[in-house]
Amino acid sequence: MNFSVVTTQFWSLVLQGLALGLIYSLVALGYTMVYGVLRLINFANSEIFMLGTFAVLWVEIELLGHPVAAKPLGGFELVYTLVIALVGSMIACAVLAVIVELVAYRRLRARGASRLASLISAIGVSIFLMETMRMFTESRPRTAPRLLEKWSFGEIAGANFRIDTMLAIVAPIIIFVILDQFVNRSRLGKAIRAVSLSEENAKLMGININRVISLTFLIGGLTTGAAAFLYTTVYENTVFNVGFNMGIAAFTAAVLGGIGNIRGAFYGGLALGMMEQFASAVLGSQWKAVTVFVVLVLILLFKPNGLFGEAVQQTRT
Amino acid sequence: MSALKDFNLRDKGAEIWAGWNRPVRTAFVIIVVVLVGLLPFAPSWGPTSFLNTPITSFENVLVYPVGMFVLMALGLNIVVGKSGLLDLGYIAFFAIGAYSQAILSTLYGWNTWQALPVGMGMAMISGVILGLPALRVRGDYLAIITLGFGEIIRIVALNLSVTGGPNGIAGIPNPPTIFGFEFNLMFPEHFFWLVLALILLTIWMIRRFTVRRPGRAWEAIRQDEDVASLMGVNTLVYKLWSFVIGAAVGGAAGVIYASKVMVISPDMFKFEVSILILACVVFGGMGNIWGVALGASILAYLPERIRFIADERQIIFGLVLIIMMNLRPDGLLPRKKREKIQEKRTM
Repeated sequence: MNFSVVTTQFWSLVLQGLALGLIYSLVALGYTMVYGVLRLINFANSEIFMLGTFAVLWVEIELLGHPVAAKPLGGFELVYTLVIALVGSMIACAVLAVIVELVAYRRLRARGASRLASLISAIGVSIFLMETMRMFTESRPRTAPRLLEKWSFGEIAGANFRIDTMLAIVAPIIIFVILDQFVNRSRLGKAIRAVSLSEENAKLMGININRVISLTFLIGGLTTGAAAFLYTTVYENTVFNVGFNMGIAAFTAAVLGGIGNIRGAFYGGLALGMMEQFASAVLGSQWKAVTVFVVLVLILLFKPNGLFGEAVQQTRT
Repeated sequence: MSALKDFNLRDKGAEIWAGWNRPVRTAFVIIVVVLVGLLPFAPSWGPTSFLNTPITSFENVLVYPVGMFVLMALGLNIVVGKSGLLDLGYIAFFAIGAYSQAILSTLYGWNTWQALPVGMGMAMISGVILGLPALRVRGDYLAIITLGFGEIIRIVALNLSVTGGPNGIAGIPNPPTIFGFEFNLMFPEHFFWLVLALILLTIWMIRRFTVRRPGRAWEAIRQDEDVASLMGVNTLVYKLWSFVIGAAVGGAAGVIYASKVMVISPDMFKFEVSILILACVVFGGMGNIWGVALGASILAYLPERIRFIADERQIIFGLVLIIMMNLRPDGLLPRKKREKIQEKRTM
């Protein structure tokens, strides 16, 4: 127990919690978007994240030719390298997410199988992707080249405003604003909301259900890909099972905010990131996960639909 | 395709079973039990020698993973299949049983038979502690809470000194001789018979429960919890019971497992194992004891059988899950048709 950390490093912890939490919320979107329309946990999302981190590595090392020991880039070259890595990871994850939907969910859905059957099918996809990657990387962790030099904007009240932390805070906020506008304003967004309210009625209104579902997987893949890029840029390494802990954390974040709710995923991720940072500072990092889960249980007991969940509990039993 | 889809082996089996009278049924059960009991000798007999597993000996594979997985899948089936509660942290009860046995035997010198009821009791108590708050929430929230519980147990075991931290506990004694059966490395088949006895006991227990009040209450809760509670079923109590009984089976499996392998460590109780056991239940056919037992046997045995292709075997395992679920989404041996129609409406 070390409570003095909370007062001495408060702002530093807040900043790190924000960065970590916003990466969580981007992955949580992958869960929450799919849950919103299909009412099932997309178990393969953690592996989509994992492949996203490797896609970033592949783009930076193989495609653009920056070896692991490369010097940090500057100016225009830095910007376009990062943008290509980001876009590459987003596209890879989005394509993969759509394929996962085709392989693991579509046939089962057409046959009206139970949700648990889809869950097991998704677990199969997850095992398949993870083990394939384990084989390719021979179980070894991979390091990402440090292309972005970690200079700092300065220190305020002990908090170090480093460029990569700031990137991990600003980029998700932009993505969330765009997504929120898309879902609430555009025609396709309206279709997504209609399907999540009632699949039957949406079908009667002439909405192509399969297209909408593919679209939500695509969007979930895009945000997960962005999260994979930010994760690799901040933590600079990845391994074949990196998706596992990220998946649990992101799923927890999604439930915390009220699964199926886009803004909920944002706040859930933030809350979880903060909790993890403060819990590991006070209790030691080995108790981090326990604290998070205890808090989660308490929240679910008093707010069973999550912090920002739907009003009617019955809709998702 | 549709013939495969509509074919329900379970209904066929139930039909034949219903046509038999008591002596025939008894004889059939005895024959099946004896055949399963003879399994450890299968590799040394010509026609069944293809069953033999590379690397780990077949007798040991029969105990863990096969026997243990069948036992745990049956226990989890009470929670997931019978009352429809999604539990993603079932391995926690297995871990609690295993650690109870390990701590009681190494620190206090208890033997397995003394530790067995205590291990089951500990698992049941933790089932109540987890269930009382968790069973008030529904569906996927229950899933995430149980998932969290499973991880908490593992992390606690990893960080406490009494559980030996990451090294775990070594030197757990084998069970003492009982009814003339010795339990040590020389006789893996004795362990298998012990596990088989536990499995039969569990199956008998589940069958008794199914036709009595708790079984009917679970069925009602699974089909529609609101209706069940309106009809006067005390849903929380019966959900708690299914949780606790499932936990007891998991705890018993853990005690036997610890005294078989003699050394346990936290990384044996990972989230993946919970998922694997759930996969066994769904793969075999949720809610149907025979389906679950068959599914668990296959999913536990398959990775061991194809161990010679070390790298790709997990990939193949993943593919088998995807293909199976696409071909037979209700599992190998689904529950009765009548129940299935009901289920589609509610889930």
